[in-house]
Amino acid sequence: MSVMGTRVVRIEDQKLITSGGVYVDDLREPLLNGAAHAAFVRSPLAHARILGIDTAAAREAPGVVGVFTAADLDITKADDDPRTEPWLAGDKVRYVGEPVALVLTEHRYQLADAAELVDVDYDPLPAVIGFDDAVNGDTLLFDGTDSNVAQRHGGPFGDATFDGCEAVVTHTIVNQRVAPAPLETRGASCAWGEDGRLTAWLSTQNAQIGRGAIAAGLGVDPALVRVVTPDVGGGFGAKIGSPDEAIVLGWAAKRIGRGVRWTETRSENLTSMTHGRAQRQVVTIGGRRDGTVEAFRLYVEQDMGAYPRAPFLPTLTELMASGVYHFPVVETESVAVCTTTTPIGAYRGAGRPEATAAVERAMDLFAAEIGMDPAEVRRVNFIRPEEFPFTTASGANYDTGEYAAVLDKVLAAAGYPELRAEQVKRRESGDVVALGIGVSVYVEITGGDASGESGRVDINPDGTVTAYTGSSPHGQGLATTLVMLLSDRLGIPMDRITLRFGDTDEVPKAVGTFGSRSLQLGGSAVAQAADKVIERARELAADLLEASPDDIELNLADGGWQVRGAAGAGTVSWSSVAERADPPLSEDVWFADGKPTFPFGAHIAVVEVDTATGKVRVRRMVAVDDAGPVLNPLTFRGQRHGGLAQGVAQALLEIMDYDEDGNPVTATLADYSFITAAELPDFELVDSETPTTRNLLGVKGIGEAATIGSTPAVQSAVVDALAHLGVRHVDMPATPQRVWQAINDAKEAV
Amino acid sequence: MIPAAFTYRRASTVDEALALLAEHGDDAKVLAGGHSLLPLMKLRFAAPEVLIDMAGVADLRYVRLDGDRVRIGALTRYHDLQHDGILLEHARLVAHAAGEVGDPQVRHRGTIGGSVAHADPAADVPAALLASDATLVITGPQGTREVPITEFFLGPFTTSLGADELLTEIVVPSHAGQGWGFEKFTRRAIDWAIVGVAAVGGSVALINMAGTPLRARAVEAALADGASIEDAAAHAAEGTSPVDEAHAGADYRKHLAGVLTARALEQVAGRPPAGLT
Amino acid sequence: MVHIEVNGRATAEEVEDRTLLVHYVRDVLGLTGTNVGCDTTSCGACTVLLDGESVKSCTVLAAQADGHAVTTVEGLGANGELHPVQRAFREQHGLQCGFCTPGMMMASVSLLNENPKPSRDEVRVALEGNLCRCTGYHNIVSAVMDASKQEVEG
Repeated sequence: MSVMGTRVVRIEDQKLITSGGVYVDDLREPLLNGAAHAAFVRSPLAHARILGIDTAAAREAPGVVGVFTAADLDITKADDDPRTEPWLAGDKVRYVGEPVALVLTEHRYQLADAAELVDVDYDPLPAVIGFDDAVNGDTLLFDGTDSNVAQRHGGPFGDATFDGCEAVVTHTIVNQRVAPAPLETRGASCAWGEDGRLTAWLSTQNAQIGRGAIAAGLGVDPALVRVVTPDVGGGFGAKIGSPDEAIVLGWAAKRIGRGVRWTETRSENLTSMTHGRAQRQVVTIGGRRDGTVEAFRLYVEQDMGAYPRAPFLPTLTELMASGVYHFPVVETESVAVCTTTTPIGAYRGAGRPEATAAVERAMDLFAAEIGMDPAEVRRVNFIRPEEFPFTTASGANYDTGEYAAVLDKVLAAAGYPELRAEQVKRRESGDVVALGIGVSVYVEITGGDASGESGRVDINPDGTVTAYTGSSPHGQGLATTLVMLLSDRLGIPMDRITLRFGDTDEVPKAVGTFGSRSLQLGGSAVAQAADKVIERARELAADLLEASPDDIELNLADGGWQVRGAAGAGTVSWSSVAERADPPLSEDVWFADGKPTFPFGAHIAVVEVDTATGKVRVRRMVAVDDAGPVLNPLTFRGQRHGGLAQGVAQALLEIMDYDEDGNPVTATLADYSFITAAELPDFELVDSETPTTRNLLGVKGIGEAATIGSTPAVQSAVVDALAHLGVRHVDMPATPQRVWQAINDAKEAV
Repeated sequence: MIPAAFTYRRASTVDEALALLAEHGDDAKVLAGGHSLLPLMKLRFAAPEVLIDMAGVADLRYVRLDGDRVRIGALTRYHDLQHDGILLEHARLVAHAAGEVGDPQVRHRGTIGGSVAHADPAADVPAALLASDATLVITGPQGTREVPITEFFLGPFTTSLGADELLTEIVVPSHAGQGWGFEKFTRRAIDWAIVGVAAVGGSVALINMAGTPLRARAVEAALADGASIEDAAAHAAEGTSPVDEAHAGADYRKHLAGVLTARALEQVAGRPPAGLT
Repeated sequence: MVHIEVNGRATAEEVEDRTLLVHYVRDVLGLTGTNVGCDTTSCGACTVLLDGESVKSCTVLAAQADGHAVTTVEGLGANGELHPVQRAFREQHGLQCGFCTPGMMMASVSLLNENPKPSRDEVRVALEGNLCRCTGYHNIVSAVMDASKQEVEG
């Protein structure tokens, strides 16, 4: 019986539950013996000129090995773009948390003492906070530019787009700035060996991209840089590649002639790791009173933070603007600006949650406007199964989808009519606690980078397998999934298969893990390598069995090669095939056929809202997430659970807030409302599997899907609970005060 | 983050602690469970030169019934208060409030004396003690003195405790048989109260509605005059001065004080309160 | 000099007075299973048992633990056998990246010592001081139910 599709407990766990993972801060590598500890001195101001930095006192502090500033760095960054981000700020700081100096000490406990003594003379400049301030204010972040607008895309909008629509609704929606906040903060250790090579241990999702960035930054041949990924305590998109800090550390390690190790504090992480989302959107939707939408418009204002690190975010939102709907007309435009805040980057979903929230809120607003049930309005406008592959007005080419089917499933699982009946009953009885039901149907794009991935499979002479993947799992359970996949294809038990990844000396070419790409691309790559190994092994087995390769088959039950229809006539093992192989039985492939796929699903959130206080409690989360055939339901469901929690978190709790001077006011985990177990219900998951034709395995990505679906479902449920009071919209996070305010505003409007 | 360097001294008796306080004066801070002080020191908002650890003073960890009063040693932990049989019978409000503090790990370390002496206006237990008309026993070089808790809190993180004194005992009049109510409004279960209300009998204390925990005197007066719960609770915000923050403005907090006071008083009356907690 | 029994073994080390218990365990003793995830006593990644009760070791001085017994994740199993909580976390997929896991398991052990048969809701409230970004907590709650020999799904 095939292991595929069965519940397999993870092979990763034994170490993690006994001695704990080995994260960057845990490394005891010989090259790091005697390494100095590193900390970055960071700007306490949102925007200021640096008039001078006095490091004399810090240099005299106990245990200090070195204190370095931009003036010391003799590596240069190409700066033909005036918005280029410096390694260390030299003349100007542009956000609270921007690195200004590097302090190195003998011991960890000396770092904060010495860092306090670095005296930076700042001349404060006005902060630029929010889109309007960036566009309308007098303050420019960058000399040599005439505007804080870093990028425009799409548009212009038509003058007559909504002419003839029976109903048109427009609304401004904020998709707030949030912190990715993986439990492990960023970290890196760097040491140069006697062979003249740099080894950098990074907490990263992509060792190979990291190596490229470090080699380029230091101006050395990439062959002289080895990046090793130890265990990684979560990334969520915010650990793609290498942080600039690692390049400074690599430089410093050379300068002081010994290793350096760096782990940022949480407060540092909350201002210095990229933030996510940070869009303000204006949606306009128009159509007929029978529910048919005739035109949809999305205008996106993207806050990029101080440096435009992620130009793809607003355009990806535009690409996915129309969601699961066949709208005849779709118009999108985005404008991205720089502000004196932490730079924005990828965070679980990266552009798609923003698109989904916009279109799903628009559908709710349209439903409310025409007085139709929100689930029914969605159903009227779905792209139908027979329309696939379907190219949307904004240019996305969807592979497969069964949108009405997943909506039906989620409505049935949630007991939608019964919930609506309970809602009516509560309203009629005047219950202070209102019930809200939020429906969201989503489609997203995975493997959207459309590049490939590496995979290699070696059959060792003892019959064991060593496989190499360019993917870089950090909690997803991909090692278990890929080993299952190989075991299934090769007929070799899982415990005889080892998966290697994350070391650029072992896997020189790879893309890594982001955008929910790993199984569809990394999985396809190792599967393809395994298939090539099987074909070569067939030839070798044919020789051994003195038969034609066409007559040789692999018995998957015991991993033996035999002559078809003559099982009794003898078998040869993988081991004997591998022993005979010269060159060794190894296949290294690049799965280049990396087309994006489009997972989809439907979520229902049920919330209770205390109309006297504004407090919201999530009572149920029901989710159908379809990402094609499921290889391991245990880890597949685990990805959905995590995604659901992050969606609830954004909808109700989390926001990275700044005051008008650009000071972050949620810069510790005591202030940032990271969701806990006590705020969440048990999740109700419903299965659905619609394969794609776009990769070897028929699979789509699942890493981000549930976050994309759940966020608008919860937001919608909060609004739905208050619909009878006249509330049409509440921005995220739906804090108690906001909900209370929305109720009051609706009362006053009546 | 790491605290700035300090000298650690451990006292094994109250007298030893007083002697250490006398020796180090303002340079010293008293360390009980450390769950208020150490976080501040780690962020370097506090940097005492000497820490005087009280953990060795074993005889300050007790709950005893003394006639119609409950005597609580200052070093009794939240976890102990939460489960203590005497408190559950005679000062249930205090036991309940202790169980609302932080998370289990915090309750395994944090002490009642530490919480009262720290005087955080958002803290749960001080308000429960205020509503319970507790008396504080303070020990100094001249012996002990008793202070009604109504006179103890002077402002945020400021009390009438002298620099050479220790809070050693909290005395709570038994409220066995009386109704009590506790409402703590937070965004997450783990959070400090945005607003809270502790009530027992006709006494009502507010959490985080001013620089100190505060008795809702206008509510109490209305109740004494025979007002309905709804009418009495409408006075909850009188005389308060809550902080004004982006996600919890002063007006909102005043509104909450009224809603939560009504709900706490419903509990006092033995009825389950409406609404989500 | 502090004397702390760690995982049943007597340790005695000269440390700075300001040494936090988590760094005593990680940096002095080299037991790196216990992690640091924040600086505000919020995340619980550093949770260990002190005399059998869960504490956040980032907010306890090594000096305060002098004369006491500490258990970390490395001391949870015995004689090569997994502790029931460890077994259940693996069986129920109660971990993903693993960073919060040692602290989460120690908090769970302490919970079950105090409440051997908690409901799913009681588990949720009891773990409010331990943050996890990966699992959404669902399977962590399942793991604690499993470890307490109860029906996993409420």
